[in-house]
Amino acid sequence: MRWLAARQFRVQAAVGFGALLAVAVLMLVTGLHLRDLYDADCKAHVCSGGAERFVTKYHVLRALLGLGVLATPLLIGLFWGAPLIARELESGTFRLAWTQSVARTSWLAAKLTLVGLASVLVAGLYSLMFTWCVSPIESVAQERFNLGAFDEHGIVAIGYAAFAFALGVLAGAITRRTLVAMGITVLVFVGVRLGMSLGVREHLMSPVKKGYALTATPELGFLASPSGVIPVAGAPRLANAWTLSSEIVDKAGDAVPEATLHEFVSAHCPRVASPPSPAGGAGARTASPPARNEFDSCVSLLSTQYHEVVYYQPANRYWTFQALEMAIFLVLGALLAGGGFWWVRRRLT
Amino acid sequence: MSTAALQTHGLGKRYGRRWALRNCTLSIPVGSVVGLVGPNGAGKTTLLHLAVGLLSPSAGSIEALGEPVGSDPRHLTNVGFVAQDTPLYPTLSVAEHLRLGESLNPGWDRELAGERIGRLGLDPSQRAGQLSGGQKAQLALTLAICKRPELLVLDEPVASLDPLARREFLQDLMEVATEYEVSVVLSSHLVGELERVCDHLVLLAAGNVALSGHVEELLASHRRLTGARRDPERLPASQEVIEASHTDRQSTLLVRTSEPIHDPSWAVEEVGVEDLVLAYMGRTSDPQQARPQLSAVRR
Amino acid sequence: MIEFQLDARSGVAPYLQLVQQVRHALRLGLLQEGDQLPTVKEVVGGLAINPNTVLKAYRELEHAGLVAARPGVGTFVTATLSDESLAAHAPLRRELQRWLLKARKAGLDDESIEALFKDTFRAAALEVVA
Repeated sequence: MRWLAARQFRVQAAVGFGALLAVAVLMLVTGLHLRDLYDADCKAHVCSGGAERFVTKYHVLRALLGLGVLATPLLIGLFWGAPLIARELESGTFRLAWTQSVARTSWLAAKLTLVGLASVLVAGLYSLMFTWCVSPIESVAQERFNLGAFDEHGIVAIGYAAFAFALGVLAGAITRRTLVAMGITVLVFVGVRLGMSLGVREHLMSPVKKGYALTATPELGFLASPSGVIPVAGAPRLANAWTLSSEIVDKAGDAVPEATLHEFVSAHCPRVASPPSPAGGAGARTASPPARNEFDSCVSLLSTQYHEVVYYQPANRYWTFQALEMAIFLVLGALLAGGGFWWVRRRLT
Repeated sequence: MSTAALQTHGLGKRYGRRWALRNCTLSIPVGSVVGLVGPNGAGKTTLLHLAVGLLSPSAGSIEALGEPVGSDPRHLTNVGFVAQDTPLYPTLSVAEHLRLGESLNPGWDRELAGERIGRLGLDPSQRAGQLSGGQKAQLALTLAICKRPELLVLDEPVASLDPLARREFLQDLMEVATEYEVSVVLSSHLVGELERVCDHLVLLAAGNVALSGHVEELLASHRRLTGARRDPERLPASQEVIEASHTDRQSTLLVRTSEPIHDPSWAVEEVGVEDLVLAYMGRTSDPQQARPQLSAVRR
Repeated sequence: MIEFQLDARSGVAPYLQLVQQVRHALRLGLLQEGDQLPTVKEVVGGLAINPNTVLKAYRELEHAGLVAARPGVGTFVTATLSDESLAAHAPLRRELQRWLLKARKAGLDDESIEALFKDTFRAAALEVVA
């Protein structure tokens, strides 16, 4: 059975690994060059000319390569997973394969093992090579835990690939049509990934809460809101951590409603509270009418009553999160694969 | 008592509310060549798929060579199958198909495979997708026979072949069956061709077994009677009327009987297999008539 | 070695056709004592018929004392038909000619004679089988 599984996988493997090889060469060259640039411009994660300038090197290429990491599990599910069983059912060749002297479950096990291992190998290699390639940039930008970047780095792609593959296989077994199975794979895969990235991931461990004085937050500004002008604090930049949310709280630690903030500002810094011109628009900082030191003294006054609280996942949890998410997707993949076995054994009769 | 090549008890298969096969009870002796006939949709493919384990019964049971049919690999070794439209992997070559057979079947006879491919004139490096219909059928048969099964099941193997390819396939099949002492079950909706090849016949119509038995005994026990117009009910009880047609003057009856017919007012003729099958097929589609089964005539 | 043919439409059972062809060959001297008949496998492969048909034909020939089966080797001719049947031909032919004259005198035309002959012949054959 191993021979047949390998022979049937031949073309798909050539395409997949060939593409991986091409991309790997590209990443090797780019990665080496980035390292040269880093050695020239930067030291200990600080770059002459500023982080911003360094971080934008090759940004289009990096974006594309990163997109490739994101797309690879889905492509695997579509082109390696969905046709695995569906093509045999569609073309009738299962009537040949299942009437040799090999049980259906052995047949499926051989195919699942071979192509499944290839899937995680491709996705894993791609994502790890990508991580290596862009690590000079990453060491300066320090954003790897953020949404989007998290999915492209490290080892989570291994879990995604296993999940997408098993999903494609099961969809193919149930629908018996490769194209329909592909459609289902796309919908379910994207749905689950979005659900995980946007909803579940941040709750995998309870976020850490940390307080900051308003005077220490670099991005404090004043914003015209429906309740009037209020202070808004951006979260301080925490290196390699994942900032989830921030809010202004009072001494008791409770969130402060916008109306209360506006009252305070109107009472203590009336100059700042004067509304900007109507064309100012949402999000405009009132820069010109009040002078800089009036702005600063308003902030000092505010910080006597209020401070900022930031919810985040600290940097040292990065690999824990990677491992957790990978494990979750691996388990999902295993469940789907088990479902595939059950379906082939019991329901396709 | 030898094991039956294929034995079913009240076998049935249902899809949703529709029974594709129902109440099928058959016993086919080892060494037979069985023709399974019936109109399209009668349940032939369903029965054959049940026999090779591609389907599992909704009712009743089925045994091949004494073993219940399941997905047990040991059983699969003994049964060779050629599915309808001879499915093959289009991108695999002839030689690779043989490799498939060898790697998936412990009892694979490599010499026989090589000899057959040579004799049939198949190019080992040619992809299966480029073979003609007749060649595909021959390759599929090779795959089925080279695992040295005791039972060979074929689903309409010659349906899409031209007459020459058909004849060659049947010649080859018969030779193989003779040399390796294999029991054969093959289905077709063309009765005429099966007539010379089969010694047993099973007729399915609308999911039921309408007729089954040894061909010679079926032919010996049926007669066509032609004579003056009369009421079929008035025939003696030993003569069962299968089909009757009347003009104003004349009646023509097809009867089943175990005794010679002495009534001089009848002209008595033998019936050919094709007419016999048509008569029974017509019978089960007539809702007025009862549907007794002609049970398996054992030797 | 003789080669068999089958006429699917002749109304004669296949095994009987094989028997007849062997007898015919014996009569004409195409088959002699000691000659081997085609193996079951060869006949089956040539005609696409059931092996049991061939076996039945050969058994009948053996029963009639014309051939003998040697297990593992083949089926061989043990007697010829030329002698005994040719001698019987002449008187039978004369009888037949007399009968035909009678039938014509009774007013039967060609078709009626043929129908009468075929009917009687078949009835007699059926009585042997049934």
